Amino acid sequence: MKILKLSFIFLFIFSFNSLKANNGDINSKITKNLRCLICQGQSVYDSDSEFAISIKVLVDKKLEEGFSENQIYDFFKEKYGEWILYEPELNKNTYILWLLPVLIFLIGGAIILKTFIIRIK
Amino acid sequence: MKNKLLPVFITTIFIIIFLFLYKGLQNSNIYTPEVKINNKIPSFSGELFYEEKIIDTSDLFKLDKIYLVNIWSSWCVPCRQEHSLLMNLKKIYNIELIGINYKDTKINAKNFLSELGDPYRKIIFDKKGINAIEWGAYGVPESFLIKDGIIIKRYVGPLNQKLLSEINQLIK
Repeated sequence: MKILKLSFIFLFIFSFNSLKANNGDINSKITKNLRCLICQGQSVYDSDSEFAISIKVLVDKKLEEGFSENQIYDFFKEKYGEWILYEPELNKNTYILWLLPVLIFLIGGAIILKTFIIRIK
Repeated sequence: MKNKLLPVFITTIFIIIFLFLYKGLQNSNIYTPEVKINNKIPSFSGELFYEEKIIDTSDLFKLDKIYLVNIWSSWCVPCRQEHSLLMNLKKIYNIELIGINYKDTKINAKNFLSELGDPYRKIIFDKKGINAIEWGAYGVPESFLIKDGIIIKRYVGPLNQKLLSEINQLIK
């Protein structure tokens, strides 16, 4: 019985810790994808500016309120524009950014393939 | 013929990429968030500075009044510079000032107001700086002109006499 009680206590403590760690993980993931507007070039996660500290607090608050990761990104995008996100969405302003690497990869692949075919022949 | 075309094709692609990146070098790498106006007042709860109770923004702003929301702090030097203008704004124009005290201590903020005057009808005490983010602000001072429940103008940085005249024109 004593062992059962102890195992319950351990289970309770560990489940609580993992819950906290999960929230921390999501917070880190989100703040790493948010750009600091004061010290540009740094993510909110890396920055210690007053602005970045406030953003970290607000991300925590939003997570506690039950906001999903995408909802939090949408919230910051609405306030500061899409530039605050390190991973911009595919739209008319960013399609070159997203499609150019694919295009270069395909063209490069085609050139290599063609060279091989010529050599084999 | 095909072998001759390939180097021309590759060189053209490289030139296009080079020109594209070179043009990018001319752009400023300092980003300023676009000033969004004609937005509704953000909905959030904040702590009132004197009353020490939580209030919702929907209870703070009335549709038939004109407001200037001013984000300020006692440690902010430009806030000190614009404060006399805010005092004039309160006296002269038909406008209500709502202050957001950003990342400050109450003692310092009270000293600041007793020294320079208190132009605000209500002050939200934003100790963690999260209320300012709801407004899309990223520093102090910043001001938002509100008419009919809509943000019609945003001022990043301290107000000056010219901007005050502009506010006067806008609220007429």
